[in-house]
Amino acid sequence: MFKNYLKIALKVLRRHKLFTFISLFGISFTLLVLIVVTSFIEHTLGPVTPETRLDRTLSVTMGRLKTEKGGTWNGPIFSPWFFQTYVKSMQTPQIISMSSFHHPTVVYKNKKKHDVDVKYVDSEFWQILNFNFLEGGPFDSRQVEDVAPVVIINESTRDKYFAGSSAVDSTLKLYGQDYRVIGVVENVSLLRIMPYSDVWLPMTHTKLDLHKPTLVGGIPGWYAMLLAADKTDLPKIRREFDQQMKQIEFPEGRFTEIHISAATYAEALTRNVLQSDESSVTPLLSFAIILMTLFLLLPTVNLVNINVSRIMERSSEIGVRKAFGASSWTLVGQFVIENVFITLIGGLISIVLAVVILRLINDSGMIAHLHLVLNFRVFWVSMVIALFFGLLSGVYPAYKMSRMHPVTALRGGQS
Amino acid sequence: MIQLSSIEKVYRTDSIETLALTGVNLDVARGEFLSVMGPSGSGKSTLLNIIGLLDSPTSGNIVLAGEKVASYHDRKLAHIRNQKIGFVFQSYHLVNDLSVVDNVEIPLIYRSMSGKERRQRALAALEKVGLSARTKHFPSQLSGGQRQRVAIARAIVGEPEIILADEPTGNLDSVMGQEILAILKSLVKDMGTTIVMVTHDEPIALETDRIVRLFDGSQVN
Repeated sequence: MFKNYLKIALKVLRRHKLFTFISLFGISFTLLVLIVVTSFIEHTLGPVTPETRLDRTLSVTMGRLKTEKGGTWNGPIFSPWFFQTYVKSMQTPQIISMSSFHHPTVVYKNKKKHDVDVKYVDSEFWQILNFNFLEGGPFDSRQVEDVAPVVIINESTRDKYFAGSSAVDSTLKLYGQDYRVIGVVENVSLLRIMPYSDVWLPMTHTKLDLHKPTLVGGIPGWYAMLLAADKTDLPKIRREFDQQMKQIEFPEGRFTEIHISAATYAEALTRNVLQSDESSVTPLLSFAIILMTLFLLLPTVNLVNINVSRIMERSSEIGVRKAFGASSWTLVGQFVIENVFITLIGGLISIVLAVVILRLINDSGMIAHLHLVLNFRVFWVSMVIALFFGLLSGVYPAYKMSRMHPVTALRGGQS
Repeated sequence: MIQLSSIEKVYRTDSIETLALTGVNLDVARGEFLSVMGPSGSGKSTLLNIIGLLDSPTSGNIVLAGEKVASYHDRKLAHIRNQKIGFVFQSYHLVNDLSVVDNVEIPLIYRSMSGKERRQRALAALEKVGLSARTKHFPSQLSGGQRQRVAIARAIVGEPEIILADEPTGNLDSVMGQEILAILKSLVKDMGTTIVMVTHDEPIALETDRIVRLFDGSQVN
């Protein structure tokens, strides 16, 4: 029975080339977009190297300060002093790291200019994040305290500056000073804002006064990462952080209120998108789900329309099948199987297209060190959703077809 | 085998009521070859559809092979059609997307049967109608007579007790018509099949066991 249905499905696909094209285009394009979007989401929010401990990491980035005149300062505005005084002193996290966001600079090699992003970090940065070292290793707390002229670079910088050969113990000139390369790590995508950079320097190399008692730091801003020993400790850490914020004294005098919290990476990103410092992930997630559902509804409606419009054409077949013993539900099953079949073909096409598109996006250089991959978990989730909508788009036309009176069907749909 | 009593069929639309059949009483014995004749619009096809459980009467009773089918629901009716009835249509109604042998297999798809057995029975049915050499062809590659023979193979593949043929020779020339009639007669003779055939063709009808005539929805003999 199943084989017979598939044979018919294949024949119908071959016979109606325009219908087949529209259906397959709709399904595969939808799945393709879903796969690419989920790949982006996975790449941005998922636990990928070096952020493999995201499930037990909180970050402190965005916040808001209110002035006595009613003004508001918001964004990643907090100073190294703020982080050192109120965050690094916390007891509940297992490891606390503070670092600057990346900022651009240039390095010269053989009179050739190379753009690189630089980040100032502490030694704990390397303990919380699980970087894959291709050569050498990270700097330690002593080297940070001693303002040791050491640097860690990524693979891309090694390729640009050292032509791909071993870089450890070589010298990199930055801001007019020589730094000894002590480690080379795999490239990290710009979308992973916490670990991303091309060059990492001990934070004591910053020109900023790390100990100046001020809440507001300079560009490019600073952030902290708090690693819990276990993810069950996260609420405890959040509570301690909130408690710490209540202890804040306002050294500048001009600020009267502070709003900042320790958040997961997804929360931090949501707050950044929504420009809010207290929002949970729910609104953005709901919005994404609604958008995705609407997006999936488009090919569904398209398929329903196409399927309904070909009822008349296949009415003789429906009549014959009914005459020879097919019940209405058997026919529903047949047409649903046909729809699932076409959805699966669309799915296979979308995989091939997704591999090509992801490769093109990665190679386009739009986003530094982007490494989108076709994640099969993403693919299966997309396929399940597409199958669900494939079923949905098949059931209504199939039901309508199956209810057709056999005599009417044999007359070609004319009652 | 087939008992119809006081069958009435009325088609209603918003403004018109059309009486298609009225007071039809008919007994068809097992192994009988019956012709139904009458002018266009006399209710022949409606009668055949009612016997074939493709349509239900407005009133009256039908007993098919001992089963009172009046109260049966869709699934049960589909089962009886599948097990006991085979149809042959004037315009063949073959599925153009399927090969000859796949078309013949259709009634067996709705039975619990292995694919291998299904194929063997379909090939045997095609042999009976003399189309063994055309099993892989598609309907569009066959002549009218060959298509009708495929339709007969499809009707007999499930070895039904009743075959209902709606003008099976209507689209064929006289030679082809005679060939089809010969096949139908052999089914009655060799397998004891009961056949009810609607036809316009008097000479063809005269070759069957009995003729029932309809006029304006009523039996006239």
